[in-house]
Amino acid sequence: MTNETEPARTPLDAMHRRLGARMVEFAGYAMPLNYPAGILAEHLHCRREASLFDVSHMGQASLAGEGAAAALERLVPGDILGLRPGRQRYTLLTDERGGILDDLMVAKLDRRLFLIVNASRKEFDFAHIAAALPAGVNLAPHRDRALIALQGPAAAVVLARVAPDAARLPFLGVAEMECAGTAAVITRSGYTGEDGFEISVAAEAAERLATALLDQPEVRPGGLGARDSLRLEAGLCLYGADIDTTTTPIEAGLGWTIGKRRRMAWDFPGGVVIRAQQDEGPERLRVGIRPDGRAPARAGTVLVDAAGAEIGRVTSGSFSPTLNAPLAMGYVRRKFAEDGTRLTALVRGKALPAVVSPMPFVPHRYVR
Amino acid sequence: MPETRYTKDHEWVRLDGTTATVGITEHAQAALGDLVFVELPEPSRTVAAGEACAVVESVKAAADVYAPLAGRVAEVNTAIVDDPALVNRDAMGEGWFFRLEDVRADQAALMDEAAYKAFLETL
Repeated sequence: MTNETEPARTPLDAMHRRLGARMVEFAGYAMPLNYPAGILAEHLHCRREASLFDVSHMGQASLAGEGAAAALERLVPGDILGLRPGRQRYTLLTDERGGILDDLMVAKLDRRLFLIVNASRKEFDFAHIAAALPAGVNLAPHRDRALIALQGPAAAVVLARVAPDAARLPFLGVAEMECAGTAAVITRSGYTGEDGFEISVAAEAAERLATALLDQPEVRPGGLGARDSLRLEAGLCLYGADIDTTTTPIEAGLGWTIGKRRRMAWDFPGGVVIRAQQDEGPERLRVGIRPDGRAPARAGTVLVDAAGAEIGRVTSGSFSPTLNAPLAMGYVRRKFAEDGTRLTALVRGKALPAVVSPMPFVPHRYVR
Repeated sequence: MPETRYTKDHEWVRLDGTTATVGITEHAQAALGDLVFVELPEPSRTVAAGEACAVVESVKAAADVYAPLAGRVAEVNTAIVDDPALVNRDAMGEGWFFRLEDVRADQAALMDEAAYKAFLETL
């Protein structure tokens, strides 16, 4: 368990320190913000070749037993019963008001569902899910496992050297296989917009695997800083910033996560609210925003219309190394949500012109 | 060569008569990481000691730069606006931020190099 003075360490902690990482506390863990190369170089390297990210702070769990998929469907709007073995899906835990409790990945293995949830939400999520399970369905958190993300256009070629079957996975595919001599659950997914994999292994095997991957000439380590700027370019939400219990899937532009069958019954938490929002249109929407000039509009920046009235706020904002320009996402009133709409960001008291822009800002390059 | 003095906010200042050149320290640029944006004060603006008058931003974060001494902004280094990474490459030299004139110097509040190094040890 974590306490306030001593953050938890991932199984790769010693490796990060040996690599000269700048360590910061994130969600109760000591995590690498960046390595000596710096966020810019790490970001650009991932877009060009392949980067290794330690995401062992995230929560992993298996959900097994007769009726596991049906049990999970009572908590999420995704089609889990229809998830075929070997496939993974992005979904949301929602509450009765239609708010988002967390976003998570659910993968279907032969005899169980394999869940990956946010670090900051894992204890809540595990308790929330466990409390909703019928007899015979069991949630087993994997606190003894590491999670390593390998992301970038060279990821498949690199991973095939230590796990030949991995390169045959389709986008959002999952399989259990041997990887660098250890048992792994590998998904073809990630949080960068690039092709890539997330590899779950036992904690004691993590450093051996990470070292084997970092020994490949294409691979360099990437920290949380690059991970955040990569996901922003890809238009992907960060829980706690862009989505939370005050935002709904419809407002967040995540209506596509509601399964087709689920849209018949709307039988998930908040279904009534979410359905009404979908039918009537939400009051606000998550949009991409590109400020003119070079000044980033950070989270919390107020957005105003031409008359100076507040129309929304930035929820994530940074500088895009790929586009060499500032980027943001945030929520605006619906009538300002159309691409190309001009608006103004108030940055340090100055009116900064900006434009609503389509996401992803940088095209996804998933294998299809 | 005028002596370089330092603030606890990690600015450096070189005072030459009543003109002071101001920048951020090597420690500050390293802590901020790759800079992507710099905002400098308007020339001829009068600033008080300790007043926020420039902004630096890395990919990850924004930070204010404070005037180490009171004075009037005489000149700004537009080269770092066009190329913020110049501050990372040469924080103590070519990456200077602005010059103040008519400085009413109270150098007592500023540290010399030895004192600044000792201060960094305490962080």
